Amino acid sequence: MRSAGLGVQVASLARRSIVRTLRQPASAIPPIVFPLALMALNSGGLHAATDIPGFPTDNFYAFALAVPFVQGALFSTVNAGTDLARDIQTGFFNRLSLTPMRGAALLAGNLAGNVVLGVAQAAIYITVGLLIGVDFESGPGGIAVLLVLAALISLGFGALGAMLALRTGSGEAVQGLFPVLFVFLFISSMNMPRNLIEIDWFRIAASFNPVSYLLEGVRSLVIEGWDAETLALGFGMAVGVTIAATIAASLALRSRLERT
Amino acid sequence: MRATLSVAYGVAWRVLHNVLRNPSLIVPSLLFPLFFFTAFAGGLSRVSQLPGFDRSFDLNYTAFQFVFVLLQSAAFGGVFTGFGVARDFESGFARRLLVAAPRRSGILLGYAVAAVCRWLITATLLTVVALLAGMQVGGGPVDLFGLYLLAFLLNLAGVLWASGVAMRLRTMQAGPLMQMPVFLGLFFAPVYVPLDLLQGWIHAAATVNPATRLLESGRSLLAGSPTEVPLAFGAGIALALAFGVWAMRGLRKAEAAG
Repeated sequence: MRSAGLGVQVASLARRSIVRTLRQPASAIPPIVFPLALMALNSGGLHAATDIPGFPTDNFYAFALAVPFVQGALFSTVNAGTDLARDIQTGFFNRLSLTPMRGAALLAGNLAGNVVLGVAQAAIYITVGLLIGVDFESGPGGIAVLLVLAALISLGFGALGAMLALRTGSGEAVQGLFPVLFVFLFISSMNMPRNLIEIDWFRIAASFNPVSYLLEGVRSLVIEGWDAETLALGFGMAVGVTIAATIAASLALRSRLERT
Repeated sequence: MRATLSVAYGVAWRVLHNVLRNPSLIVPSLLFPLFFFTAFAGGLSRVSQLPGFDRSFDLNYTAFQFVFVLLQSAAFGGVFTGFGVARDFESGFARRLLVAAPRRSGILLGYAVAAVCRWLITATLLTVVALLAGMQVGGGPVDLFGLYLLAFLLNLAGVLWASGVAMRLRTMQAGPLMQMPVFLGLFFAPVYVPLDLLQGWIHAAATVNPATRLLESGRSLLAGSPTEVPLAFGAGIALALAFGVWAMRGLRKAEAAG
């Protein structure tokens, strides 16, 4: 009997990953609602910051809209990683490894599911942005590029969550990643452009933090238009994180399958 | 009274013993306030140069953010203890405790005492870090005592709110329900700039938010020019009393559930 091709295997697992997330409102809703709520609160509280000389826009919502893209990806990463860890804990992974399913399909299926959900989240953030009056300076083409960048960010962070799940096999350990990712988000140019951060060590830390470049890549499409350098840095960081995390996740998968 | 205190002592000792011996419980409650303090005071200090900021607050931005993070650590110190209450119900320990305790109100008192002790550790660490980071202090000992007393009231309100939720739902899945209202309540206050500099809907929300009174008054106490202090203490005491009733009713519901 012939086994299904790699594409069918990936599609089946991606579908399972998406359906499982959508069936758990506690997993599906917070990654969408919480980043938007935080954006609203921060934008309300920091609107006066747009009066600082050199601030790049007079609409803090436009400035802050980049944050949900990255924060939402962090949320869904932890959820996806936790789901994969649960598969390991419940023995589903072991049973799957007895089938002709290829290891690569398992990883790719989970990541594909994460990317689809990431793009759906991004579409919601863009819609909310348009509804609250944010002008996308890069136009419809920029929105398309934004969705591609969101997909890459989801892929990179998804691989990070998968790597941790495969290494530890523990949902709690993956949940423990969340505060660490949150630190990366807050020690970045999340609320203030890097050139306006006064405290030297914070500015330096933000400059070494890849999340700053992801935020600035998204933000440039919203408030600046087409800024090749910022976009190249944003995409470069997203690709770099994706490659590094995918390699680490593949190695963790190989090791996990050997143990299985 | 003696029976109540005896139960409270036993519960508080157990909670503190568990928390202090378990890094996964104590470390987040110590690190999160420091992390928020670092992110806000470090990343947003330029905000203090906005026109009108110094009219409302004349110390540095580190001091401005310290008061928010101190109050936040107090409220969340209470909420984190509420997680422990829920965990005790999930594990079945709380049910055995309800059977064994001669005065059940002592259980609630014990959790509250543990929350205060736990927060005092966080507050000490946060204060030391803030002073090392160059926080300016304008107030005298009485002003500072008032500031910490306001935070204590918020800590009490936090643990009573979270305990009330935990005793009604008796599951760890109630965690977001304990956290989110506290988180939103605090962030609907003037977190980044004084109330006068807020505009639009957030100004309207902050004006009616009781947390704003505690925050603005706490900042004025740190600056040594107290304003709205009776109002802030009134709000703090009212919150603690209201959530005290909420928690006692929760305890009765837990008793009724068996």
